[in-house]
Amino acid sequence: MARRKRPKLAVWKFASCDGCQLSVLDLEDELLDIAGALDIAYFKEATSVEKPGPFDLSLVEGSVTTSHDAERIREVRKQSKALVTIGACATAGGIQALRNFKDVKEFVSVVYASPEYIQTLATSTAIADHVPVDFELRGCPVNKEQLLEVISAFLHGRKPNVASHSVCVECKLRGNVCVMVTGTPCLGPITHAGCGALCPSYQRGCYGCYGPMEAPNTTSLVRAFRQAGSSTVDVVRVLRTFNANAPAFRKESEAQEKGEEESQ
Amino acid sequence: MSDDKTRTIQVDYMTRVEGEGSLTIRLEGDRATEVRLAIFEPPRFFEAFLRGRSFMEAPDITSRICGICPVAYLMSACHAMEDALGVRVGGPLRTLRRLLYCGEWIESHALHVFLLHAPDFLGFPDAMSMAKKHGEWVKRGLRIKKAGNSLLSLMGGREIHPINVRVGGFYRAPTRAELETLLPELRWGHDAAVECLEWMARFDFPDLERDYEFVALRHPNEYPFCEGRLVSSRGLDIDIRDYDGHFVEEQAPYSSALRSRIRGRGAYLCGPLARFNLNFEQLFPEVQDLARRAGVAPPCRNPFRMLLVRMAEIAQVFTEAIRIIESYVPPATPFVEASVRAATGYGGTEAPRGFLYHRYALDETGTIVNANIVPPTSQNQLTIEEDLFELAPILASLPHDEATRRAEQAVRNYDPCISCATHFLTLNVERG
Repeated sequence: MARRKRPKLAVWKFASCDGCQLSVLDLEDELLDIAGALDIAYFKEATSVEKPGPFDLSLVEGSVTTSHDAERIREVRKQSKALVTIGACATAGGIQALRNFKDVKEFVSVVYASPEYIQTLATSTAIADHVPVDFELRGCPVNKEQLLEVISAFLHGRKPNVASHSVCVECKLRGNVCVMVTGTPCLGPITHAGCGALCPSYQRGCYGCYGPMEAPNTTSLVRAFRQAGSSTVDVVRVLRTFNANAPAFRKESEAQEKGEEESQ
Repeated sequence: MSDDKTRTIQVDYMTRVEGEGSLTIRLEGDRATEVRLAIFEPPRFFEAFLRGRSFMEAPDITSRICGICPVAYLMSACHAMEDALGVRVGGPLRTLRRLLYCGEWIESHALHVFLLHAPDFLGFPDAMSMAKKHGEWVKRGLRIKKAGNSLLSLMGGREIHPINVRVGGFYRAPTRAELETLLPELRWGHDAAVECLEWMARFDFPDLERDYEFVALRHPNEYPFCEGRLVSSRGLDIDIRDYDGHFVEEQAPYSSALRSRIRGRGAYLCGPLARFNLNFEQLFPEVQDLARRAGVAPPCRNPFRMLLVRMAEIAQVFTEAIRIIESYVPPATPFVEASVRAATGYGGTEAPRGFLYHRYALDETGTIVNANIVPPTSQNQLTIEEDLFELAPILASLPHDEATRRAEQAVRNYDPCISCATHFLTLNVERG
């Protein structure tokens, strides 16, 4: 029987913690089957084997923070039939995008003894700000079952079955008591699903690992936080973590800061 | 260009490590004239953007420094904040923290031993190809790793970046019934770890012995995780609060990570080998016997044998996790309340790869004024380079490809986490 040529998979790292690509290796029950079904052509964290492109599927972790990486992602795009970003860094710039809200010169002067050794951009940006992306998988980190679904979908030429509703819906499906009822601020109503409403299930408020859902009503949720006693600083902090630079969260946190300035 | 006498071993992008780094070794005859472990991972400025954040946010934010050892960051940050605020976490909450850390050690050590390092000893480019010949062992390794991850998931909500840890304890404490569901797999994992250690003891270990200064936490009653004094094999014995007085960090022009030295002495080694040599008597007696049978006993000075020490630590923490669960009584409340004050706090815990130090200054509202974090890989960088200098005669005797692989294997002894090391290029550098 003629053996079908195995699709080539590449896993790329940009500025990140390695956690999303580690999710591939955390698929302990499926890893050897994946390695059998796919030709793992480039995956630095896992293998010393390196095969040239083009690649059928590229998974990209991390954000763009250097001019070298801005160039490298264009090269990755050229070599990839499908490019999927995995995680909050790649889809929104990650926690390192907090630099985007500050005066970078001040930042750098605090941080470096010898800045001339260091190359860095003033911003941390999502992969989609640089090249076209075929699918963005959310999360800090991604959910490994969703990652498996995305890999499988792309290799079979179908759309990934990944829910786009809010964490609130997942919470209801789990039968949790709403934590907002007890006065705990929770980003669940405006956050993209994917984690299975983990934080409310552990009696804490959602802190937005999966970034904004589609068309979130941030203003309404922030009003509820305010009524429960949150200050501007509290609200800005909760919107500015791992998805701080996602447009909906960024817009709302900037509006809050502006409102505070005008009221003074 | 190389001639007979001079050659360069160059690895532009290290594989099977966490993060981005390169390695250059210049050999002249059987002597190395230059060794550079260069880290080119872009910096992410954690200490800079921690300023202005709440003390309550530090654990979750700093856990994003590393997807492989987030619990270490959660723990060091919590301990530092509790030190600043005068909070004591004892009894069942303290025990639960040890249980969580057991999960991370199992998961992180198993990742390194089976997927990243064992292939070097057996001549494979990765675990997937190693599985074609040694499938049963790779499957065992993956199942051991999964057992650690199951513990992390139950305790923390998920394996990577657990959500259930907070300053003062946890958001929700597990029930005894929940924890007991883990016992069969933990018991299997322990027995499998013992078998794997016996198998790996038969690997061929390159001949390199060095007189390291070992640095690790030491605790009078237990193998160290989160508490104890920081001690060394050359007489260092300090409170964690005195860390900055005894260690110094320097920047190399070719690397984006700071490197640590002990003041007045130089390079040192932290991580499994240091813990093992400095705390052997705190291992369970059966683990001590197991290690001796596998050919490792203190003082073990061969860095390649760190693979075996990691396996022994896996067996140790499987046993500890089982014992904790068997005698678990849930805490009355899942956390201890903290009230804010202006203070500086220090925390240091044993990440799988070694000592991880955090220091935070807080203002009277609990807002972070400054932060300092020193990860284990920054501390081991100089030692890694010195190992490669010592390894030069062996490297010089090997064909080029084999020498390159051997050099990479020597770097991997330390399970370097370059993602961690990079984010700290920062702080407290004295200006002339």
